Amino acid sequence: MSAFSAIGEEREIDREEFTPLQEPQPTWCPGCGDFGVLKALKQAMPEVGRTPDEVLLCTGIGCSGKLNSYFESYGFHTIHGRSLPIARAAKLANPGIEVIAAGGDGDGYGIGGNHFMHTARENHDMTYIVFNNEIFGLTKGQTSPTSPKGHKSKTQPSGSAKDPIRPLSLSLTSGASYIARTAAVNPNQAKEILVEAMEHDGFAHIDFLTQCPTWNKDAKQYVPYVDIQDSDDYDFDVHDRKEAADMMFETENALHEGTVLTGRYYVDEDRPSYGEEKRSIGEMPEEPLAERYYDEDYEWERSYDLLDRHK
Amino acid sequence: MTDNELIWRIAGGSGDGIDSTSQNFAKALMRSGLHVFTHRHYPSRIRGGHTYVEIRAKPEEVTSRGDGYNFLLALGDSFARNPKEGAVYGNEEIKPLSENLDDLREGGIILYDSGLVDASEVPDFEERVEENDWHVFDIDLRSMAREHGREVMRNTAGVGVTAALIGMDTEPIEDLMEEAMGSREGILEPNLTILHEAYEMIEEEYDVDHDVKLPEGDHEETQVLISGSNGVAYGALDEGCRFIAGYPMTPWTDVFTIMSQHLPDVGGISEQVEDEIAAACLALGASHAGVKSMSGSSGGGFALMGEPLGLAEMSETPVVLIEAMRAGPSTGLPTKPEQADLESVLYSSQGDSCRVVFAPGTPAEAYDQTRRAFELAYDYHVPAIVIIDQKLSGENQNVPESFFDREPNADPGAVLTEEELAEMPHDEAGKFKRFQYDPENGVNPRSVPGQKGGRFLVTGNEHSPYGHIEEDPDNRVFQMDRRMRKIESIREELDSDPESSHQTYFGPDEAEYGIVTWGSSQGAVREATARLNDDGHSVRAICVSDLMPFPETELTEFLEGVDEALVVEMNASAQFRGLAQKELGRFGEKMNSLLKYDGNPFEPAEVVEGFELQIVEDGTETPAANTRLEPAAGD
Ligand SMILES: Cc1ncc(C[n+]2csc(CCOP(=O)(O)OP(=O)(O)O)c2C)c(N)n1
Ligand code: SF4
Repeated sequence: MSAFSAIGEEREIDREEFTPLQEPQPTWCPGCGDFGVLKALKQAMPEVGRTPDEVLLCTGIGCSGKLNSYFESYGFHTIHGRSLPIARAAKLANPGIEVIAAGGDGDGYGIGGNHFMHTARENHDMTYIVFNNEIFGLTKGQTSPTSPKGHKSKTQPSGSAKDPIRPLSLSLTSGASYIARTAAVNPNQAKEILVEAMEHDGFAHIDFLTQCPTWNKDAKQYVPYVDIQDSDDYDFDVHDRKEAADMMFETENALHEGTVLTGRYYVDEDRPSYGEEKRSIGEMPEEPLAERYYDEDYEWERSYDLLDRHK
Repeated sequence: MTDNELIWRIAGGSGDGIDSTSQNFAKALMRSGLHVFTHRHYPSRIRGGHTYVEIRAKPEEVTSRGDGYNFLLALGDSFARNPKEGAVYGNEEIKPLSENLDDLREGGIILYDSGLVDASEVPDFEERVEENDWHVFDIDLRSMAREHGREVMRNTAGVGVTAALIGMDTEPIEDLMEEAMGSREGILEPNLTILHEAYEMIEEEYDVDHDVKLPEGDHEETQVLISGSNGVAYGALDEGCRFIAGYPMTPWTDVFTIMSQHLPDVGGISEQVEDEIAAACLALGASHAGVKSMSGSSGGGFALMGEPLGLAEMSETPVVLIEAMRAGPSTGLPTKPEQADLESVLYSSQGDSCRVVFAPGTPAEAYDQTRRAFELAYDYHVPAIVIIDQKLSGENQNVPESFFDREPNADPGAVLTEEELAEMPHDEAGKFKRFQYDPENGVNPRSVPGQKGGRFLVTGNEHSPYGHIEEDPDNRVFQMDRRMRKIESIREELDSDPESSHQTYFGPDEAEYGIVTWGSSQGAVREATARLNDDGHSVRAICVSDLMPFPETELTEFLEGVDEALVVEMNASAQFRGLAQKELGRFGEKMNSLLKYDGNPFEPAEVVEGFELQIVEDGTETPAANTRLEPAAGD
């Protein structure tokens, strides 16, 4: 019996397996977009073919960070902004598990912005879901990095003087190899994109538009979305960096005035994931490192063998 | 010269190869049968600026830099030859000579590179030489190097002259040069020529009438020359640590570099990441996924790790962090030692501290205690921190090779197998009850993602036995008590085997007075204690390494046994003494302090002086050097 026999187990998987039985009552407000993410994620799992025991879902802090309380898998509810560095190391340590990270826009693009940039740059093989509700939810409605310019809140009473972050463009320049935007009000597309993201071999970033009816009543999240892949008006090649960049720019400019566009923006299937890169230069073992600790026959090297250089 | 020892100081400009030259010379002395100890002093600059390395060599074990030195090799600072007028760092050309004279012992040797240094510019040089009976050799090392090779090889010329002056056989030096340069075309040959030229020139042209000679010694077994950073890294490797994440910061960079160079060869992973918060988080992530892992930093970088450190405590994720101290606050003196991060390491992060903290005092202890830190972290699911400092991380000491001949231990600690997991309590959905209440030592064995039947939720919030966020007061108290109980259990485990105590004692078993110190000040205290006892005092020393959980019994016994004690530490606020008083709840009236925080480690003579002034003379006089006395509470 392998030490990690959940990995690679092949069987029919039911989405209900991902619902905790002794579930804590969700503390999300009625109508919160976070319910949509949870639902789409549960629906995606049977198609990805992963069992709860082989998934690690790392979240940050915020309303969004509670995702793994309501999702049955291995879960690490970390600290504000830090889900990515924890998740990516877990993936390096045991590449066999499915690693997902999730958090809010404040968590991911604000306090954790640096980690976002670097995880994308390194193209770690994982999926990153950012619940973009353009507001700080859990701390009661302050302006977030994605709130539009002029947004008023208790901490920005005269309206924000800052331009919002452009998450898609930022992701592309940082180096993510799969970038999509979807929305909680569009569960079918959301599920499809989640499946693709998890199957993608590299850093898959999903900017997931979620409504926050409690603190962000005016946000655009209620308007109908246009799926760019379904519309003839937005013809571009998702594999072309330049075209993707132009599309993102247009969308991000228009987000607060024009139509909200969702779908895949950029897909690079050729770029090796960080783990593969590291393996190819001999900086990561072929076999999952975590397994070695359970292999009774493994011969551990001793520092004694390094002492010659000190004689 | 009274002592049978050589303390050789090589001084020059940062970036002039002082480090590698001294490293090789130290090894050569070790191979000649001597015990060696190196001390490195350098400015926070990349090129230029005055730097020196001291190598102390004796037939007996050496544990500190000693007091002063008896051989100066003053090379010029090649980067300071054309300083801009009025530059902030000034004209350092003559510093290799002038800066170093204060500590040179009577009867000592000055060998300077007359090609780069002009002794006539050093104020009162002639008078001082006469007064101190110094033997001066002005030799144009630069020209010698240029003639047979390149200017940078003047270090080799200096070593050649040194060997001739102290009557040292050049064979070990040649062997080491071959090992270091053998593969590089056009480097070895000229260096060997320069070495021989220099050696022969002294033999042929100079009358040597000084007392500074190479002592004779012999090792019964093979020795290795290692630093505190080597000790930490090798201890980690032998405990099966195969993951490190870090961000460079002096002096932590040493450990990080050594690990990064070896880990790929043993199938491990090293990650240089965006900042220290990420570094600590990566170590947690890898550990959560089942790999033994570490991270670390120095002062400011460690401050950034406060939140992940607390997360490790609350989520019960094992991890080892290294804190390599340097003088603070803030970026402080980046390349100088201090023991002033103690309180921040013990208490940084919100909430009650639930961690292990060790401060080894020698490279060998660094090895042992890093191993122990890993064991405890993984057995008890707590973060364990090993504190070293700029002194310990960079100084080298010889240790018998056989010391490292130990079995590796890659045991991942309290982790369940899938068979065991199947027997553990689960809810109906199959979630494992990870944080149960009951275990005696507070430890609930964990599972690892990918294991069947092991899934649980872990969070930095207070949580129920299944890992869900939970604010119920009873649960809170249970969980908190259980986590704190782990630290008590660790203390019991450490105390259960007095033979393997981490505290080190010097001096007679019973004595009138005590000296208490911790971490890297051990070497100077050890030597001072021996000297004080030789001088007729009755002194016993304890060097504390366990800082959390605190060795209450051991230190209580020690302090009860002496009339008065001097607490020696490198900081300005007597942090360890404060900790001891807090932990023991008494002895305030027995503990006096000797403090040093000028950027240099203690020399044994300063400890001797501090003891005499404070304990023997009752502290009415202030010490001469850059040290400070702090009377006992109530005095
Ligand atoms: C270091 C730190 N700073 C601040 C907080 C307080 N905090 C908790 S959640 C949050 C913002 C949440 O906003 P967002 O990430 O957008 O998530 P949402 O709640 O909207 O899902 C903040 C500031 C914290 N927990 N830790
Ligand atoms: S505050 Fe907003 S984001 Fe948070 S649960 Fe309520 S609706 Fe959702």
